[in-house]
Amino acid sequence: MSDKSTNKTAFEPRIVAFFCNWCTYTGADLAGTSRMVYAPNARVIRVMCSGRIDPQFIVAAFRSGADGVLIGGCHPGDCHYQEGNYKALRRFTMLQRLLDDLGIDKRRLRLEWISASEGDRVQKVMNQMTADIKALGPLKLEPMAFAGIGLSIEADIAVAAEGGA
Amino acid sequence: MSKPKVGLYWCASCGGCEEAVVDLGEDILAVVEAVDLSFWPVALDFKRTDVEAMADGELAVTFINGAIRNSEQFEMVEKLRQKSQLIVAFGSCAHLGGIPGLANVANREAILKEAYSNVPSVVNDNGTSPQESTEVKEGTLTLPALWNTVKTLDQVIAVDYYLPGCPPPVKLIKNAVMAILSGKLPEKGAVLAPDNALCDECPHRDSKPEKLTIKEFKRPSQIKVDPEQCLLAQGLLCLGSITRAGCEAACVKANMPCTGCMGPTSHVKDYGAKALSALMSVIEAKEAGEIETMLKNVVDPVGTFYRYSLPASNMHRRYDLAGERGDKR
Repeated sequence: MSDKSTNKTAFEPRIVAFFCNWCTYTGADLAGTSRMVYAPNARVIRVMCSGRIDPQFIVAAFRSGADGVLIGGCHPGDCHYQEGNYKALRRFTMLQRLLDDLGIDKRRLRLEWISASEGDRVQKVMNQMTADIKALGPLKLEPMAFAGIGLSIEADIAVAAEGGA
Repeated sequence: MSKPKVGLYWCASCGGCEEAVVDLGEDILAVVEAVDLSFWPVALDFKRTDVEAMADGELAVTFINGAIRNSEQFEMVEKLRQKSQLIVAFGSCAHLGGIPGLANVANREAILKEAYSNVPSVVNDNGTSPQESTEVKEGTLTLPALWNTVKTLDQVIAVDYYLPGCPPPVKLIKNAVMAILSGKLPEKGAVLAPDNALCDECPHRDSKPEKLTIKEFKRPSQIKVDPEQCLLAQGLLCLGSITRAGCEAACVKANMPCTGCMGPTSHVKDYGAKALSALMSVIEAKEAGEIETMLKNVVDPVGTFYRYSLPASNMHRRYDLAGERGDKR
């Protein structure tokens, strides 16, 4: 991933998109083969089912520098594994609330049902989300190691040295 | 041969961890027999100068409880790290940030304002708030600087082992002390507790239905708990399935659902996200509206899923209140 610019006018959002194999990923494939042009800001990760998307993946994406996360799954009733998309919806609903309580705008996490035949919808959603996040600006979570001493504490030491505020 | 020297210290914690040491009961005599308690300011009269006078690595092991949230705690744990061969993060706060870690949903300014003026029981007409340095006629008085963000112990110094729990179960403390004394320690960085989920040792394990689905989350005060049945199956938000075992289901045995103080097993990176994931997967609701209604009873998602682990999580703190000091973590 390229360096994130702090200049707001030049800000290009980084979006991580988790697409399910059977519907949304195939839909994105269709958008590609149909030569539909859309914002190139999303890095698509294919998973077998939207129900496979562990909320840990999403928070790790934000922590690793994503400005937004998009989840794509099959329409209700269409899940290849019967119920995976319902799980995804419940996790998404709760996680969006949790992230909101931690100061992450709800628009940074989006869930869309896109079927294999809806290439145009992939195009529309990608463009829309990119525009939304451009308007929101970058999310500056700094990279953090998963375990051990992953955090620099210089900032707090500096504060202490200044006598706090 | 002289007895190995042991230190105990506390930072941002409630004192419950020290209670857990006292809970060793008569076994504490065996411990005192085997080791030399060289630093334990809560129970015995030791000063910072006693630590400063020690040689590097003089303490065989130091158990530190509490999260790190001010300059004094940071200074002390840095000194103790230097003077100790082993550092054990003792209890949820040192391990994952613990309850004090929930302060990361606010910031220093908000915390001071709340504690020194907003709280209804506080009368503070002069707007007095703690100053790090105050001039009086006898000289300058100083107080430690409160940090904007609460940190886990391993986010400020290197930690060798972790003893989880709020407070750590006596049995695990005993095992850890014995392991250290006999030198039979696992690989560095290990959590000195079993690495399976609490459901494994839960007395209600067998009452858990084959396919568990929940229609409605309930709070313990809203139902009459059946003391023989899986609490999650009764609709209580029990986090046992994602929480590390080792407490022998102490809360569940008292009809209270597990809140996750032992933290995750080694297979989970972010406790709260995984806990949310697991709980959301067993809900029956499928429609968006139905789901929203059903989740209304989870009033505080951060306090529910990250109750003991916000500073150790990927999110670490509330993002938009981090301030402009570069302390966004």
